[in-house]
Amino acid sequence: MSVKPRMKLDKKQAKKGDLVEVKALVAHIMETGQRRDGAGNVVPRKILNKFVCTVNGKEVFSADFEPAISANPYIQFKFKAQESGTVILTWIDDDGSKIVGQDSITVA
Amino acid sequence: MTMFNRRQALVVGAGAAAMAAFGASTGTAFAANDSEEQIKKFTGGKTAAQGRIKLDLPEIAENGNTVPMTVTVESPMTEQSYVASVLILADGNPRAGVATFHFSPASGVAEANTRIRLASTQNIVAVAKMNDGSFFTASKQVKVTIGGCGG
Repeated sequence: MSVKPRMKLDKKQAKKGDLVEVKALVAHIMETGQRRDGAGNVVPRKILNKFVCTVNGKEVFSADFEPAISANPYIQFKFKAQESGTVILTWIDDDGSKIVGQDSITVA
Repeated sequence: MTMFNRRQALVVGAGAAAMAAFGASTGTAFAANDSEEQIKKFTGGKTAAQGRIKLDLPEIAENGNTVPMTVTVESPMTEQSYVASVLILADGNPRAGVATFHFSPASGVAEANTRIRLASTQNIVAVAKMNDGSFFTASKQVKVTIGGCGG
């Protein structure tokens, strides 16, 4: 599944120590495993259960998601700018597949 | 022959009793929300003090399918003192778990925003774990007009 997440850093260039805000949205059904289909069968759970943000390979923020996270999950958080590099966001699906988003930041 | 029948009956009886007990226990576990157990598991039995957490949620959510939620924990976020993780629970959902956020000194600030599903009017509970092993908690009620669990 090649879903492309939408992500935005509030600044592309930061001073060391600045807080950089990340907003990200990814299209995903986030099936809860609580619903039943027309025939009365439970629709199996399928959610993104894990989210990780790394900057230059170092984890700055992560989250575990439960079925109570809305469809098309949105996440917003901040990290402290330390060095220039790549910002990688990874979502992990229940089936093991990954959705990855990438951006870069320049730290003066 | 009679003995065999009686044993058979006993075995069947015991099996049925076990099945009934199992069914009942899973039944209650499913029906009752597990928020208290989740908190106990997260804190390891320690009591969490009130305060330091700000839960930003609407008073009234018209659509329970997507309720914006911001959680902020007061902390200097240095190597000496930072927020390690924050557990978010909804005590009126079929399952209590909503999300767990993991922070580190590299986060700079312990703040996260996402959108959550709420089945009905209920309390949202946040429990923050500090790096020194202490816990803080806060909760907020949200009135939900239309539930969001597709029930």
